[in-house]
Amino acid sequence: MAFDSKIPNGEMNEKWNDYKGHVKLVNPANKRKLEVIVVGTGLAGASAAASLGEMGYKVKAFCFQDSPRRAHSIAAQGGINAAKNYQNDGDSVFRLFYDTVKGGDYRAREANVHRLAEVSTSIIDHCVAQGVPFAREYGGLLSNRSFGGTQVQRTFYAAGQTGQQLLLGAYSALERQIALGNVTMYARHEMLDVVMIEDKARGIIARNLVTGELEKHFGHAVLLCTGGYGNVFYLSTNAMGSNVTAAWKAHKKGAFFGNPCFTQIHPTCIPVSGDYQSKLTLMSESLRNDGRIWVPKKKEDNRKAVDIPEEERDYYLERRYPAFGNLVPRDVASRAAKERCDEGYGVGTTKLAVYLDFADAIVRYGKIEAGKMGDHTASEATLIQLGKDVVKEKYGNLFAMYEKITGENPYDMPMRIYPAVHYVMGGLWVDYELQTTVKGLYALGEANFSDHGANRLGASALMQGLADGYFVIPYTLGNYLADEIRTASISTDHPAFAETQKAVSDRINTLMNIKGKQTVESFHKRLGLIMWDKCGMARNEKGLTEAIADIQALKKEFWSDVRIPGEINSMNPELDKAGRVADFIELGELMCKDALVRNESCGGHFREESQTEDGEAKRDDENFSFVSAWEYMGESDWKLNKEELNFEIVKPSQRSYK
Amino acid sequence: MEHYNMNLTLKVWRQKNNQAAGSLETYQVKDISSEMSFLEMFDVLNEQLIVAGDEPIAFDHDCREGICGMCSMHINGRAHGPWTNNTTCQLHMRAFKDGDTIVVEPWRSKAFPVVKDLMVDRSAFDRVIQAGGFISVNTGNAVDANCLPIDKKDADDAFMAASCIGCGACVATCVNISAMLFVSAKVSQLALLPQGAPERESRVLNMVAQMDKENFGNCTNTYACEAECPKGISVANIARMNKEYLHAGINTES
Repeated sequence: MAFDSKIPNGEMNEKWNDYKGHVKLVNPANKRKLEVIVVGTGLAGASAAASLGEMGYKVKAFCFQDSPRRAHSIAAQGGINAAKNYQNDGDSVFRLFYDTVKGGDYRAREANVHRLAEVSTSIIDHCVAQGVPFAREYGGLLSNRSFGGTQVQRTFYAAGQTGQQLLLGAYSALERQIALGNVTMYARHEMLDVVMIEDKARGIIARNLVTGELEKHFGHAVLLCTGGYGNVFYLSTNAMGSNVTAAWKAHKKGAFFGNPCFTQIHPTCIPVSGDYQSKLTLMSESLRNDGRIWVPKKKEDNRKAVDIPEEERDYYLERRYPAFGNLVPRDVASRAAKERCDEGYGVGTTKLAVYLDFADAIVRYGKIEAGKMGDHTASEATLIQLGKDVVKEKYGNLFAMYEKITGENPYDMPMRIYPAVHYVMGGLWVDYELQTTVKGLYALGEANFSDHGANRLGASALMQGLADGYFVIPYTLGNYLADEIRTASISTDHPAFAETQKAVSDRINTLMNIKGKQTVESFHKRLGLIMWDKCGMARNEKGLTEAIADIQALKKEFWSDVRIPGEINSMNPELDKAGRVADFIELGELMCKDALVRNESCGGHFREESQTEDGEAKRDDENFSFVSAWEYMGESDWKLNKEELNFEIVKPSQRSYK
Repeated sequence: MEHYNMNLTLKVWRQKNNQAAGSLETYQVKDISSEMSFLEMFDVLNEQLIVAGDEPIAFDHDCREGICGMCSMHINGRAHGPWTNNTTCQLHMRAFKDGDTIVVEPWRSKAFPVVKDLMVDRSAFDRVIQAGGFISVNTGNAVDANCLPIDKKDADDAFMAASCIGCGACVATCVNISAMLFVSAKVSQLALLPQGAPERESRVLNMVAQMDKENFGNCTNTYACEAECPKGISVANIARMNKEYLHAGINTES
């Protein structure tokens, strides 16, 4: 199959400009005749649907939730990066580009990342114009904070609800286009397959989740903006409904899957409390600016945290990484927590947690506040009270969320945290134009693989989702659709639609007719455990080989013993979930295969066979400087294609945070 | 925090679809941990129902971290249950004790018809936003973000109003099924910001007209909406919307 990343020629900082200057255009009269399907309404989907609607295309947008405003982009807390350099601290497009390529551990495509850094500034301008209420300084100008250990302040934010505010901005723009008749919205609909005519994507089959009816929808092009697949691990910070189904169907229709094993495991999440646990909640990375991470020096120390004296605490990040301390990147912090817990130093009832302690920060801030008031003899209690007020101002909503979930007050005792699956860098392989290996089928946002390499930096997921939707696809889609102006809309009576619909319907019937004994949820949990144990924070050849066999066995069991109650032709959330879990099982197998092939440690992927003498990750540029693009050949059968990565600007070096 | 387990009796609204009649059904759940979330307790019940050969209870939920606004249960007569400033998904079982009976209903509101069991149709909210809950700016039109300084207090107030999650608790809890808190939050956010100025008058008139069309009731200042709002959106927004509406009404020729 043709496999070309279509990176434009020319200097790195001229590629995108040059591309835009020469890209084919579609005239307004023709845009009205061209139909585009957008699946998913998170940051990428809502921004793409709104922008394409504004341009005059006829857009149909789909989401499985009851409203496009619910998409999980809404839960992003921390912020969005942009190379505005409003702080005059030396930021630039080049630095954002450089940091992102390095942070991704040299497994991202340079040209895409450079474009991302270039359009980042326009995103902030556009969101402000939409009325997104970013945090501001007293002078009325935008405020920034630092994030994820970078050396400049380039993160824009709206308290701990940045994702919500950006999504509501995009949602408003989308609703405006719906009101104008440029976009038709299909909420509570789930895409269940791509319809191919000749060799192009020409539509989708979607299930109306209220009536159970299967619907056929034509589009000259199909955009998948369907987010990430972290729920393959069952427990993750993703929403309950987040799934891989749309992307997986596309994969089985010919779209290559890029770097499926690249998973981001976020270091600061609220730990699991019991086996009923349905999801995990993130505590923003910004907390590591002020919190110190530690475990007791003694194994199985069951004293309360506050009763453990200073000299019996092990601030292991500060000890191992004196240069970066508690601000090491996410992948490093996560692995270090796991290492301590595996050695028996974990805390809490499950012993799978470490402390994130604000006591020092509270006293430090208290002293500053007392100093401002000229009070140099303030008592310890006064200092603590003053300091708590400052911490509340900075992190109040996160502390309140922690207390609601755990019932513990983090102002008085340290938080317990543990790493959890948060984001996937892997996704559908796309070229520079965000087109998959299927013509007319595009992937945007977390659903594609392209910009974050093997590890995503904080505050760059929101940036990428909006970059793809607002500022990339409006240009690149035209380059394809310009050649489609002679294709009249194809009737959904075309046999390809009927065939695909029948295949979808047959699969649903098969699932419903298994009538086994085990619930969908129980299979999902078992898959999650296999993935977490053997394809989680650390992987090795033996574990991955076992996992592949385990997943194949689980798949067999699923298809012979799953129990799905209810009916096909009515609302049936268990049936929806069964379809998603069936796809997760297949994806899980591919993730393990991908992890097995990549015999190097890079970013979020830590391969035990590839580490330095002191246990740090060892990347292998000589053998693995490529994107794994997996081609589906048949059941449990994939072919590995490699996209070689050439670094023209940012020369790879081993990351060190010591 | 001390953990404990409890046995509970649940009375849950079951309704096959929009057309069918519904009723409260009684279920028993055992050994529920005080550390579970309310929805995890429902997960346990649903697994129990599936294994017993019954149909599980349909309910809306997605992020389970209090921000998507999808969860929507009326618990013991209160929207989102007994805790203040809280969503159903963030309610935890330590709010209850062994032997309790818990009554769970869908949002109570004509404007939000039941889809199935505890799920309701809140698309009326989307249509109110379509009527004017936006700033008409196409992608690519913007000037530099810092060309437009905004008073910090206005920006903060706009943010507070914008933190509405669109869950519908305000409507569900209101004796008049009024959507004034929801609508006024969006009107306020955009009225407080200079970007919203050009469409300020048409926005409030159109959104209120759509609100009326959707059969939401009027506001009689009971403040129940503010009391039950998971995000603590203030009724001051309703006052601001009334001001905007009056102002726009006087200014508009008709």
